[in-house]
Amino acid sequence: MKKSYQSLEDNSTNNMIQVIYRQLASKIPYIGLVILLTFSTSLTAQEGDPAKGKTLFNTNCASCHQLDKKMTGPALRNVEARLDEEHGLDRAWLSAWIRNSAGMVKAGDAYANQIFNEYNGTAMTAFPQLEDQDISDILAYTAQPIPEDNGGGGTTTVGPVTPVEGGISNKLILGALAVLFALLAIALVLVRQTLNRFAQEKGIEAAAKDKSLPIWKAFAQNQFLVLVTAIFFLLASAYFVYGYLSQIGVDQGYQPVQPIHFSHKIHAGDNGIDCKYCHSSARVSKTSGIPSLNVCMNCHKSIYEYKGETTAKYDKAFYDGEIQKLYAAAGWSDADQKYTGESQPVKWVRIHNLPDFAYFNHSQHVEVAGVQCQTCHGPVETMEEVYQFAPLTMGWCINCHRDTNVKVEDNAYYTKIHEQLSKKYGVDKLTAAQMGGLECGKCHY
Amino acid sequence: MSSNKKYWKSVEELNENSSIVETLKQNEFVEEIPTDEFLGDKKTLESSSTTRRDFLKYVGFSTAAASLAACEGPVIKSIPYVVQPESIIPGVANYYATTIADGFDFASVLVKTREGRPIKIENNNLAKTHNGANARVNASVLGLYDSLRVKGPMKGDQTISWGTFDTETNQKLTDLMNAGKEIVLLTQTYASPSTSKLISEFKSKYGNVRHVVYDAVSESPALDAFEARYKTRGLASYDFSKAMTIVSVGADFLGDWQGGGFDAGYAQGRVPKNGKMSRHIQFESNMSLSGANADKRVPLTPSQQKQALAKLYSMIVGGSVSTDLPEHINAAVQKAASELDKAGRNGVLVTGIQDVNAQLVALAINEHLNSKAFDPSTPILTRQGNNASVAKLVADMKAGRVGGIIMSGVNPMYTLPNAADFAEGLEKTELSIAFSMKADETAKVSQYTAAAPHYLESWGDVELKKGHYSLMQPTIRPLFDTRQFQQALLKWTGSTMSYREYIKDAWGSSILTGSSFNKALQDGVYIGSIATETTNTADDVVDAEGELETVLNTSVTAISAGAAARALVASAKSEGMELSLYTKVGMGDGQQANNPWLQEFPDPITRTSWDNYLTISAADAKSNNLMNEHVATGALNGSYADVTVNGVTVKNVPVIIQPGQAKGSIGLSLGYGRTAGLKEEMMTGVNAYPLYQNFNTAQSVSIKKASGVHEFACVQLQNTLMGRGDIIKETTLEIFNTYDSQDHKHGWNRIPMVSLNHEETPVTDPNVDLWDEFDRSIGHHFNLSIDLNSCTGCGACVIACHAENNVPVVGKEEIRRSRDMHWLRIDRYYSSEDTFAEDDKKKDEFSGLWGDKGSLGGFGELENPADNPQVAFQPVMCQHCNHAPCETVCPVAATSHGRQGQNHMAYNRCVGTRYCANNCPYKVRRFNWFLYAQNDEFDYHMNDDLGRMVLNPDVTVRSRGVMEKCSMCIQMTQKTILDAKRDGREIKDGEFQTACSAACSSGAMVFGDINDKSSKVAKLKEDDRMYHLLESVGTKPNVQYQTKVRNTTEA
Repeated sequence: MKKSYQSLEDNSTNNMIQVIYRQLASKIPYIGLVILLTFSTSLTAQEGDPAKGKTLFNTNCASCHQLDKKMTGPALRNVEARLDEEHGLDRAWLSAWIRNSAGMVKAGDAYANQIFNEYNGTAMTAFPQLEDQDISDILAYTAQPIPEDNGGGGTTTVGPVTPVEGGISNKLILGALAVLFALLAIALVLVRQTLNRFAQEKGIEAAAKDKSLPIWKAFAQNQFLVLVTAIFFLLASAYFVYGYLSQIGVDQGYQPVQPIHFSHKIHAGDNGIDCKYCHSSARVSKTSGIPSLNVCMNCHKSIYEYKGETTAKYDKAFYDGEIQKLYAAAGWSDADQKYTGESQPVKWVRIHNLPDFAYFNHSQHVEVAGVQCQTCHGPVETMEEVYQFAPLTMGWCINCHRDTNVKVEDNAYYTKIHEQLSKKYGVDKLTAAQMGGLECGKCHY
Repeated sequence: MSSNKKYWKSVEELNENSSIVETLKQNEFVEEIPTDEFLGDKKTLESSSTTRRDFLKYVGFSTAAASLAACEGPVIKSIPYVVQPESIIPGVANYYATTIADGFDFASVLVKTREGRPIKIENNNLAKTHNGANARVNASVLGLYDSLRVKGPMKGDQTISWGTFDTETNQKLTDLMNAGKEIVLLTQTYASPSTSKLISEFKSKYGNVRHVVYDAVSESPALDAFEARYKTRGLASYDFSKAMTIVSVGADFLGDWQGGGFDAGYAQGRVPKNGKMSRHIQFESNMSLSGANADKRVPLTPSQQKQALAKLYSMIVGGSVSTDLPEHINAAVQKAASELDKAGRNGVLVTGIQDVNAQLVALAINEHLNSKAFDPSTPILTRQGNNASVAKLVADMKAGRVGGIIMSGVNPMYTLPNAADFAEGLEKTELSIAFSMKADETAKVSQYTAAAPHYLESWGDVELKKGHYSLMQPTIRPLFDTRQFQQALLKWTGSTMSYREYIKDAWGSSILTGSSFNKALQDGVYIGSIATETTNTADDVVDAEGELETVLNTSVTAISAGAAARALVASAKSEGMELSLYTKVGMGDGQQANNPWLQEFPDPITRTSWDNYLTISAADAKSNNLMNEHVATGALNGSYADVTVNGVTVKNVPVIIQPGQAKGSIGLSLGYGRTAGLKEEMMTGVNAYPLYQNFNTAQSVSIKKASGVHEFACVQLQNTLMGRGDIIKETTLEIFNTYDSQDHKHGWNRIPMVSLNHEETPVTDPNVDLWDEFDRSIGHHFNLSIDLNSCTGCGACVIACHAENNVPVVGKEEIRRSRDMHWLRIDRYYSSEDTFAEDDKKKDEFSGLWGDKGSLGGFGELENPADNPQVAFQPVMCQHCNHAPCETVCPVAATSHGRQGQNHMAYNRCVGTRYCANNCPYKVRRFNWFLYAQNDEFDYHMNDDLGRMVLNPDVTVRSRGVMEKCSMCIQMTQKTILDAKRDGREIKDGEFQTACSAACSSGAMVFGDINDKSSKVAKLKEDDRMYHLLESVGTKPNVQYQTKVRNTTEA
């Protein structure tokens, strides 16, 4: 499943190596599963469907449990077998625990209390709604063996390795070519020198040059041409100077390196998280808000590693490292599953910098007008690293205000003014400009 | 009638021969601008080695370098919370209800916080009790970010930890207790039920404890009188909205009299309704806010006030007193008495004379009248200080009878008249602790300085009036390592509770009677169903020794008011000049002296900032050879005088000639002349507290001219009217009731006429207009209405505007150069009859009105208009003209008009030509001559990181070289609109506010949308009294004024 790449220097997303993460339900595990199931039938009363179990597990259990890692609750791989072997507890005990753990703790069940205390007295949510079949499905899913290829040199790791070699060879080739050209050039110079020497020795004069005026002198004597050229150069330089001046302070394309490599592509794109989940203040405030770290930790408490697609530049180890940076900043100890209290606020580099004299309100645009975030911020969901998409110049604002219709539907505030204004202008739809959106004082105060 | 009056802003204008006034009418500057001075003379210019070419090279190079340097944008870091508090959303303001109770100002307020920083104080509209936020309360938020605050506990000059502080002070307190020595708690008035409880607990633990309450500016005589009569230590409540006839004898009840906060009620009665409004007669010596608002003002000296009051008593209640008042005052007193008598229950009398007898007499008169406005049953508790106790304490300390003293909220080393005695006594104590926010005069000489938090960082509760409570809660985490007095008391009593828990406990057990504490905290105010008893923990000294001059004897139950009146007359003796000490609305008792907003706040009457001064009448100034003169720039200079009371001399007090100052009297404000704990720029004025002997505001003084000339920062003659005296309109109630506003002859609010095709046409006629009118009927159209009748000139709006709009402070020197930045100024106009030469004749003709003034001083002089002028206040901000002269002259279109009626100012577009300011008929545009933020030349709050925390993040901080002006708080109107859009609803009347209209507790400023026909402001626009400033100019402003009506009708 490897996709060829062209060169490392060309690092656009189109050419990113696509490596499909291997699902757990790949062929080898299936074989293992069949074997396991044959055994487990003898151990369990009911047969479970691990595929269904996975869904149920993700819905109900995944916020606190992982298969192979201690989280808020214990790791659950082979939980049933382990309980049976180590504590002699059966499926009935497990079902009772799942449906009402607090009750069991209260009732004084020894192991229930042990587990309860081990996890800092955090009670497990009760799931009385789970049927026996559901529980056996989940347990079937937990009983699956660890996919073998996880640590091995499967397809996932091929990607990151090869490009490194490619990088070296590319440089080598270029270097070789450069040396070759240099040699060629030296050779040519040498040949010319030798030929000249021959010519001198044989007494052959080089062809005499034409005595007519050199072209620059002819040009200088033609006043009309000089004038025209001067005007041309002046205009051209004015054009460039103007262009240069008007781009001062316009940072379109600004893409600073951030202290934590946060990929909007992974979050908003691959995982489809709504922008306003993290940038929630955009709904009510003038600023969209940089999410505080506790918002990150809502998910990243349980997402401790990256399992998605990787590229040559950004491999799994890289992304996992970034998650560790988040943990360090938020003061989260992944091993102990608790906060250390030693946090380190992240100093993000601000990308969109509107000058202080321009007032912009996110909630006005996002909530009232219903403008998509992408209208101004571009295809953030495809950006591995965010850059400034729009120029953020006043002309750019104004153009949009001229073209965009005000969203007046179902908003009692607009009812009267829309009726009066549309009658005045003789239009059905009013643009922001007609509503007064071009007035200086609406943005500058 | 308005048009017949002559208005003037300073005495200088009355001098017909003054060249300055004449020139100022025509020019912006009196003299040619002295260009030679800064260019140097020609010779030096020629001899200079820098040629013109060199100069151009430098300019060229620096411009190029600067523009190249500007090309690279800075990297801006953005740091979010690690764990975001749920209540804080960046960019959204939170409001907390809390209470200011600094011993001088008490008010329930709302605090606006942004990103956890308090940035503005607003009125708590749920608080119906007592006062709105005055100018000082509005400015108090800046005190939180004072860079000179004490940042932790100190022992002498050493910073110590609270742990060390606790160990050492606990040890010393225990030692003192064991040795049986007395421990004194010297505090401000807390009026706090929980603090009282705490102090009782402290007393029971340490035994020999005395609690002395000390108000820097004392109301002790009034408290004594009230206590003697009603058995509670408090001050009578007055609701002036219920009074139709108000007589005040020396009480500046619109200022700080008895804690202030009466202006809202007063203003209600001042608006003519059904042809009626209240009538206000003021007897006073200094020109105060109350005198300025009075319908009739009688200037008289403090000793004459005593006689006048006694006379009023004898005429209203009965009995006889013999007075030697001059004839015209006598007549005025008689008329006032008959008016009060006629008013009956609708009358009220108040007095500010610091004398128990006077206060008793006032209470007796109100009781006799059975006044509706007078309410002794719910006394005001925000003043508790006792003069006798304080005097005794100082004496005891000096005698070495006090073992330890703990001070909180007081600064006796600055405010005590006998501060030297106090200092001596302080040295004899074994323990002295000062709870203070600053290393102030007292903290410096105390053993320990306990760093105290600002009220915005503290917990607390206040019983403003009996049964009317207000809660204080922190609005920000403490900025420094501070601890409040109450928390320390809890520590000393061995409690582990936090003060918050303590309040909650105390409230739950006594005050709340089942209501929710959290609800009370959220509202900030709570009115108890059962009036609870706040135990008075102050140990008052009954003046058995008779050291203080008073007939009060608390053991006598029935006090004869008649005897008091006679005693009052007996005590009314005067020698030489009489001094009246007062507090300014800007500075109060001086605890906020390091607040640049308040320093730059121009006094409503004198229009002078950054100073206190001796106010003196023109006649007295002349006889003492004291001068005021206006210099070329329009600034004011004045003489110095030395003021002596009982051998104590305050040297070099600058003198201002105050129109309306009673002859034979002078005024001087307290609160200035601080020397410790404030920046050098704020060390302004002279300290008048040494003259405040026996805590009496009236003193006999002698003054002597001192050498030198004082430079005032006075905005009085600045920004000339250009001879347009008709800027203010006023009339009398009689004319108002009798004639139509447009009446051809008597019309009191006639629309100016212009000639159109040789016909008189109103200036509002569309045909007169040069411009085509825009259709403004769609959407919002904002208007601000200002009622000159209810505007008392208090200036809360000025400070609110400062806080809301990041208006910079420019300093004294710049103010002198007319470069003040106030977006909103309150113009003060004096007026008198039109032709002063005919005073004599006029006096005969209008004897009813003017007879009392003709022989003022008993010298039979011709009336000088400055002797007792009428005063009118007129707040002026950008008028947001629909046909704005400024907009048409801007070469870069930096100022333009919005459809909603606001005149927009785009700072980033402005290139600073100042054409707009020149073309503005109202002179409301302000130019940034300098960069006022982060500039060491202007070392005010915007120059340090802490002070800049107060800036409103929604308003641009303007840079050098741009014009700015009132925006009609467009950030607030836009916010209101956005909130409505988000909720999908229409906007109700009252939702739109500006900073000034929200701060106006008297209801003089009403803001709203005139396209909403049901709105208050739309109705006001149709009112007969409505007029626009300089309507004849045809600018069609969006700020409207309501003609001032004076109730000159004598009942």
